[in-house]
Amino acid sequence: MNSDRRDFVLTAGKLLLLTAPAAAYLEAVESGKAEEPAYKTFEHYWGMIVDIEKCIGCGNCVRACKVENDVPLEPYFFRTWVERYHVEGAGEHPDVDSPDGGYNGFPEKYAAGDGAKSFFVPKLCNQCAHSPCTQVCPVGATFESPDGAVLVDKTYCLGCRYCVQACPYGCRFIDPRTNTVDKCNLCYHRITKGLTTACCESCPTGARQLVDLKDARDPVHEFLRTHKVHVLKPQMATGSKVFYNALDGSVR
Amino acid sequence: MNRFLKDKEHLFRMAALFAAGVVLFLIVRAVLVPKGFGVYGHYRAGALADNRVRAPRFAGRAACIECHTDEGDRLKGGKHAGVGCEACHGALAKHAADPSSLKPTKPDSKTLCQTCHLMNVAKPAKFPQIDPKSHMDGGPCLTCHDQHAPDKEPKK
Amino acid sequence: MEEGILHAIQGYMYPNEVELQWSILIVLYPFTTGLVAGAFILASLERVFNVAAVKPTYRLALLSALAFLLVSPLPLQLHLGHPERSIEMYLTPHTSSAMAMFGFIYLWYLMAVLVLEIWLDYRKDMVLMARSETGWKKTLYRILTLGVDNISEESLRIDDKLGRFITIVGIPSALLLHGYVGFIFGSVKANPWWSTPVMPIVFLFSAIVSGIALVLLMYMLVCFLKGIPIDMPCVDTIARYLMYAFLVDFSLEMLDLIHRIYEADESFKSLDFMVHTRLYTSQILVQIVFGTIIPIAMLAFIQLVKLSDAARKGIYALAGLLTLMGIFAMRWNVVIGGQLFSKSFLGYTTYKMAFATKEGLLPAILLMILPFVILWGLVKLLPPFDEEKAAV
Repeated sequence: MNSDRRDFVLTAGKLLLLTAPAAAYLEAVESGKAEEPAYKTFEHYWGMIVDIEKCIGCGNCVRACKVENDVPLEPYFFRTWVERYHVEGAGEHPDVDSPDGGYNGFPEKYAAGDGAKSFFVPKLCNQCAHSPCTQVCPVGATFESPDGAVLVDKTYCLGCRYCVQACPYGCRFIDPRTNTVDKCNLCYHRITKGLTTACCESCPTGARQLVDLKDARDPVHEFLRTHKVHVLKPQMATGSKVFYNALDGSVR
Repeated sequence: MNRFLKDKEHLFRMAALFAAGVVLFLIVRAVLVPKGFGVYGHYRAGALADNRVRAPRFAGRAACIECHTDEGDRLKGGKHAGVGCEACHGALAKHAADPSSLKPTKPDSKTLCQTCHLMNVAKPAKFPQIDPKSHMDGGPCLTCHDQHAPDKEPKK
Repeated sequence: MEEGILHAIQGYMYPNEVELQWSILIVLYPFTTGLVAGAFILASLERVFNVAAVKPTYRLALLSALAFLLVSPLPLQLHLGHPERSIEMYLTPHTSSAMAMFGFIYLWYLMAVLVLEIWLDYRKDMVLMARSETGWKKTLYRILTLGVDNISEESLRIDDKLGRFITIVGIPSALLLHGYVGFIFGSVKANPWWSTPVMPIVFLFSAIVSGIALVLLMYMLVCFLKGIPIDMPCVDTIARYLMYAFLVDFSLEMLDLIHRIYEADESFKSLDFMVHTRLYTSQILVQIVFGTIIPIAMLAFIQLVKLSDAARKGIYALAGLLTLMGIFAMRWNVVIGGQLFSKSFLGYTTYKMAFATKEGLLPAILLMILPFVILWGLVKLLPPFDEEKAAV
């Protein structure tokens, strides 16, 4: 064999031997990336349970949401907020307040033993199954996703504010930085990665729990079967998927 | 043909103008409607992916326990077992991804504990809440309570 | 925290409700489209129902309608967060959205009804002017006539027949135009001040009232400016129709009000409080007393007591102005009123209208002046009265 051909065979052989470890290395890197199982949209149907008996009005959820979703601190807008109710008698005229949406908690306002009951009510987008807000959007910039979250397409929204008018719960607002609508989107970027929402994550008492109605093993099914559960403004027939446990009749 | 067109030419020209307008509209529509519109419903399919783009700021309990097993064990079975780590320590996804990039500061126990445990008429009666002036003469909470297992003695 | 706005709150409002969503610009929009519908209905009285007395105002009514229709989308564009995206309403209209479908009703009405009708009615004049004018005006008229010079008897007869057909189609189109605006509000179940089946009809009749009042005023003004004597039988007839339309409109609004008071549902206490406090001036005083009852009384008085021409002209002018003011107040009370109370029925906020901002009072004033500027141009381009037709 002359030296050129020998050199060629040796070099080629070395390169050939390297392909196996190279392949193994590449596979290790790629499979490391692909550790997260792909999210299958049609296998989920999201909702939330809010347990009034557990909410202590600490405001963790309000603060966490603002951090997680970059919600403007000024002016006065919230993707989620907490209300405090102070109810005398049958509850026709409740006294309601929400200082900064509950962002800094609730300074004591009432005296114990004044003959009334009081409690906290966290509020957020109800992720309605028959949502009146998506019904009125003129262009399709807000919609119900196949997995039950009501989302906003910020590149398509005109900022006409019709959806803000149509929401019975007051959960939408116009983000002054983008001039498009914004609202709770159930931390869609988190729940599609197997995490829970920021508000549920930071709630110290478990008053807020993300639920997957399509998951047979989700505790929501048993919870709905064993508790007296309400939605806000049921007469509006919005198909709200935020289920409140022990919600008092005075709650607006 | 001429007899039919007679006296109607202006109408045909107007009709042609309208037809041209419709054709122009259809062309503009074909060009401008975003790709993926209408696939799942009356919206741009890409909007689903757009809503997933944000990087989480909260890592979640599971991520914390991966490294902080001691605290994880301490929490188990205690009264704070259901409280997420970041509920007190704040959003720490950055720290979970790369611990040296962000060192969390220890929360001030006096203000933090009161966020939840300060007496308030609207809190559920069964929830442990205190008036700091009358509770143990208002001393530091951590003197008597382990923050990760509050019903046990604090770690020495 | 927006300190200023929070101090203006009374009671409890959901945090995101504190600042109003729809400003005075959105009040302008039903007002201008209402004028369009009303002016057109008056014009069609002559063309379709052969009410010959109002013929002198026919062309002026159409031109007024066009001037206001062209300006109508402008307040909306100013209001939108992203006006550059407004074409999306035509590209991907959401068929369940009244706002989206309205875009097509507007376009239909503008192109297939109003522009065509004006074009057909004026075609002979435009051809004559294309022949007699010189320079850029000649070119303009030639373009407007689409380069066709034929004004034979037969072609004009065809124009007239087609014009009549378009007017007939135009009447339900005009009803749809403004009824739809009413539906945009009336179909919002979340807002009890807006949500009522009678809203489209109330909007429509108040539109007719405002449009008739506009044409009445415009006719008297244009005659005055050009030194042409006012045709009294014409304005007497218009004023009678104004009164009839007003009586129907007022009855409908009173029906809605009585119904609300009687049923007293969950929203009633809150709305009642709002009307008696924050909405008192604009609703009770401006809209009802000065904007409805007094003009109706004035017009009714004329039917009962014989007055001189001069007295009647004065009353028509005053009643017309009060009517326009009253119908504007009605739009204000619907749009702004619907946002002053909380959907929790526990609180109220205030509308802080700025002056020289994108959605302030200044652009609103300018946008209300603009149609008259356009109308002035249209009247010059397409003279509405026979006295001014150029010689052949």
